[in-house]
Amino acid sequence: MDPQPDPSGADAKPAKGRSLWTDAWQDLRRNPMFVISAVLIVLLLTMVAFPGLFTSASPTVGDLTHHYQGEPRYTHFFGEDWFGYDTQGRSVWARMVHGARASVLVGVLVTLSVTLVGGIVGLVAGYFGGWLDSVLSRITDIFQGIPFLLGAMVVLTTFTKSNLWVVIAALLFLGWTQIARVARGSVITVKQSDYVHAAKSLGASTVRIMFRHIVPNALAPVVVVATTALGGYIAAEATLSYLGIGLAAPAVSWGVDVSNGKDALRTAPHILISPAVMVSLTVLAFIMLGDAVRNALDPKSR
Amino acid sequence: MGRYVARRLLQMIPVFIGSTLLIFSMMYALPGDPVAALYGEKQPDPAQIAAIKHQLGMDLPLWHQYWNYLIGLFQGDFGTQIATQRPVADVIEQAFPVTIRLTLFAFVFTVLVGVLLGMVSGLFADKAFDRIVLIFTLLLISIPSFVLGYLFQYLFAFQLDWLTPTVQDSRDIGQLLLPAIVLAALSLAYVTRLTRTSVAENLRADYIRTAIAKGLPRRRVVGIHLLRNSLIPVVTFLGTDIGALMAGAVVTEGIFNVHGVGNTIFEALNRREGSTVVGIATLIVIVYLVASLLVDLLYAVLDPRIRYD
Repeated sequence: MDPQPDPSGADAKPAKGRSLWTDAWQDLRRNPMFVISAVLIVLLLTMVAFPGLFTSASPTVGDLTHHYQGEPRYTHFFGEDWFGYDTQGRSVWARMVHGARASVLVGVLVTLSVTLVGGIVGLVAGYFGGWLDSVLSRITDIFQGIPFLLGAMVVLTTFTKSNLWVVIAALLFLGWTQIARVARGSVITVKQSDYVHAAKSLGASTVRIMFRHIVPNALAPVVVVATTALGGYIAAEATLSYLGIGLAAPAVSWGVDVSNGKDALRTAPHILISPAVMVSLTVLAFIMLGDAVRNALDPKSR
Repeated sequence: MGRYVARRLLQMIPVFIGSTLLIFSMMYALPGDPVAALYGEKQPDPAQIAAIKHQLGMDLPLWHQYWNYLIGLFQGDFGTQIATQRPVADVIEQAFPVTIRLTLFAFVFTVLVGVLLGMVSGLFADKAFDRIVLIFTLLLISIPSFVLGYLFQYLFAFQLDWLTPTVQDSRDIGQLLLPAIVLAALSLAYVTRLTRTSVAENLRADYIRTAIAKGLPRRRVVGIHLLRNSLIPVVTFLGTDIGALMAGAVVTEGIFNVHGVGNTIFEALNRREGSTVVGIATLIVIVYLVASLLVDLLYAVLDPRIRYD
């Protein structure tokens, strides 16, 4: 998503002959951006795993006597009526908490599958080169030529009933090209290094060279792009659900809630703003994490 | 240069065919039947539907339909909207200028503000201003455009009453300002960050030191030497970003009720109107391909070391 290295934030530290990943970890622990994003993400994951810790109200049961009650009452911390109620009289806070699951599931699963598919395409194209590379690169170009959001909209409308898995599949279908390009470039660089030539002349098998030498050494740029992209996929899910072609009504999702709240924007802005803040905070956390990881892994900032 | 352009144009053909075929087959797989939908609640006569489908060429195999579509496309025929019997080209002709205006507005905003902010924060890297710009762009990247759109609408239209919440006249630049800024926000953040990094990096380059050592005035060093070289990655990004901007218009146009391509495509998707969606998507793919070609040609202008033969 964010194509440039960002040299600020990480301080160059003397390398003590450790591996790239240990060094990166040392860097990360001292980066305030990483610490803030890590705290936010841990909080979010707790919300996904145990929503009951944050609210005892149901996100789907509404009490119409609460209808539109916009004034938060601050009766107790993490209380049910902390953020008021929506047009159906449902607790906005409960929906914020329970909505985390859909967003995080989509973000994580799309990122994992995109990394797998894009990674394999990039690895094969970069390692074997020749006609295979040409064919795979052209296919990547074709998918890249379709704007992401537009393509996802077309894919999703082909399904009459959209659910979590359909949304994940649609985002995977169009999202793998970014990773494929980065992986291909990274593999081509690593392929030319001496240890790969040495392994080859020692008679190592293709599979061994690929997975013992190429993959571990070409992984860093892919990890950086994947981490930052995760935030982007969460935003994409929310956008599609907001447009009404992602997750729909009975599903609890921040995008669905923003869509619900838009008609009452003038009179009860809290219905829209609360889930909107959740989406933005989540995306922010993952993008900050991606930035921090990039700084730690980018050899130029050492 | 001429041969390079020709080669690039030839390379565009498979990508163009591939992308349009992909969109075309996705629409073909749509479960809804636009012809049957014409009859609404009434029970349609199957023979009549078959006749209409035959007339529209919808009973042909997919490859044949796609072939007919491509032939029509070269004659400026984007197909026919089934519900209204209007040629899709007409619909596009009506909605396209609105989106072009919005996108162009957003684009100019992105370039002017983004490059300026990026330049200044790159020149003063790691100073307070730079930190503020970094945080500001981080926030812009994190807030999805539909959130930003409603936030701005609430703030500037409902609370402050500075602007109209929706666009009544798309020729009024003042009314388009808000949607254009919302549409531009994400690109603006990327352009700022790209320019900043590029400027900060090039500031340490040998040719800048040489230029300063030669005694060139600072304005010339920054304006000609530094900016020109720093803009190459920015131009690359802007080229690929035009397609994304136009696709992003789907969301922005919806919020601010702009009657452009984005709105049209969204309504067409809801009606399962394949021909309209394919037509507009094809157009956006063409815009994307042409923009990336222009970017490659612009390289030569920005960096004389790059020569095409």
